[in-house]
Amino acid sequence: MSPQTFSEKILSFYSGMASRAGDYVVVPVHKALASDTTAPGAITAFRAMNGGKVYDPLRLHLVIDHASPAPSSKVANLHQMMRRFAEEQGCSLHDIGEGICHHIMIDKGYVEKDEIVLGADSHTCSYGAIGAFATGIGATDLAGIMKTGETWLRVPHSIKVVLRGDLPGGSTGKDLALLLNRKLHDQSVDTGFGTLEIWDETFSSLSLHQRLPLANMAIEMGAKNAIYLNRNEKSRFFPDEGAEYSHVLALDLEWLQPKIALPSSPDRVYDVCQVTGTPIQVAYLGSCTNNRIEDLRNAARILENKKISKGVRFLVAPPTRQVQLEAMEEGVLQTLVAAGATILPSGCGPCVGTHLGVPSDGETVISSANRNFQGRMGNPKSQVFLASAETVAASAIAGFIKDPRDLGGEACKA
Amino acid sequence: MQGIAHVYGDNIDTDRIIAGKYTKTLNTQDLVDHVLEDLDPGFRERLCEGDFLVAGENFGCGSSREQAPLALKKAGVGAVVAKSFSRIFFRNSINIGLDLVTVPDHKIEQGSSLSFDGERGTLAILGDNIIYDCAPMPPIMAEIMAAGGLVGYLKNRDSYAFEGDLV
Repeated sequence: MSPQTFSEKILSFYSGMASRAGDYVVVPVHKALASDTTAPGAITAFRAMNGGKVYDPLRLHLVIDHASPAPSSKVANLHQMMRRFAEEQGCSLHDIGEGICHHIMIDKGYVEKDEIVLGADSHTCSYGAIGAFATGIGATDLAGIMKTGETWLRVPHSIKVVLRGDLPGGSTGKDLALLLNRKLHDQSVDTGFGTLEIWDETFSSLSLHQRLPLANMAIEMGAKNAIYLNRNEKSRFFPDEGAEYSHVLALDLEWLQPKIALPSSPDRVYDVCQVTGTPIQVAYLGSCTNNRIEDLRNAARILENKKISKGVRFLVAPPTRQVQLEAMEEGVLQTLVAAGATILPSGCGPCVGTHLGVPSDGETVISSANRNFQGRMGNPKSQVFLASAETVAASAIAGFIKDPRDLGGEACKA
Repeated sequence: MQGIAHVYGDNIDTDRIIAGKYTKTLNTQDLVDHVLEDLDPGFRERLCEGDFLVAGENFGCGSSREQAPLALKKAGVGAVVAKSFSRIFFRNSINIGLDLVTVPDHKIEQGSSLSFDGERGTLAILGDNIIYDCAPMPPIMAEIMAAGGLVGYLKNRDSYAFEGDLV
């Protein structure tokens, strides 16, 4: 067998067919999930295809997080449909307030390294951060998995991204993800249908909260999935020496500055200091991107004994109930609330523009989420900037976009 | 299949095809009422049954919401022509039986009359004597499309059961 990439290796193993990029395979799906945006459609399609009993209900997780708690009777009835289906089939149902699907799946250990995970949510690619082959699909594809326990995939080509040096103080995994998106865009890298292999060759290795945005935003980078790789951590499917890559890219982290994506595309990335001073009305800390306990702590550190600017609404949606508890015990939530934050239920909240903080016409939002498409947060006449939790917190205090490192006039020298 | 071209640019995301706030429904008319609302509010009125939505690169990027192709199909779009499609949108469209036509180098203009021949894999701009060869669809997807979508394909099967000749 010639040398293989991670994706070629794992998909060959589970399909039982020696395969290369571009081949089509059928593989078992170890874990599958759907949210309240996609589960009702999946359940309907499952019944229409004579689904009967779910192939393996223990592998299926339904999560109510996208419009949670229900903002209308229509949504309430869709939630009820999910609860009834879960009861009937014996699969897991994660109800309102338990948290955002991807954080739950990682924190509770439902998804594991070296597994194949398909989810009816485009940010299912997040699990690449813990070593799974994971990607998003739609509702009917999920129904097919519910019925058969398997799916078909095209074996993706791979792009190798090597990270060197160490993250400097004040810069985060989110800044790194935004930088990578910009680099891929600038170099016109064909990421479509591909895997981003993220090779961590930094001195001190990225921690999970730093790895997560890189995998989470693989979809914004145009890829099918991302996989975090580190020679110091064992993987059954570590790529072979000499595997073929469609593109290789190296990033030196030493010089990474806080980054920001301008409206209305996640790849319009600049240094925060290049847009410092842009007034904001909403600051949002939440989502499946960079919203771990570490991010909340770092935001609290910046907001300690400070107040958010008059005229700013600061919305915080903790990732899970468990993290919310931890943040309460540590006093992190107390700091945020004292500074003027409004705490939202653990869930997707304003990121998907359904409820819980839709901006008004002409307003500007700074958000820790992953998407800023026109209308994303529920109002096409508003605009959204994407940045780290730290930049969101610093901007909430200032009332305008601000570099969290507080370097004054020095920040933009580079 | 014949119809008029409604032309848009690159990177049309699923939020602009159908905004997240309208996706919490099983009633497809709710989707049709808001399709392309932010991108082109006049679209629904101008669209005739069987018309083509034409776009540039990376059409359908963003969310996994199947409501996006569903909204287009139920609104009456006959097929979407694009230089390239985003992956999840591509799968979703085939799964619900919406025809997609990939033409990497097309120069179709707003209001052109198009004719698509699925069997030959050609797309013609009528009156202009331009005929494009469309990128072929992977066999597995062609099979699912032929069954009218994934529900039809899996209705009487318990597995994908390919026999190793997927390419």
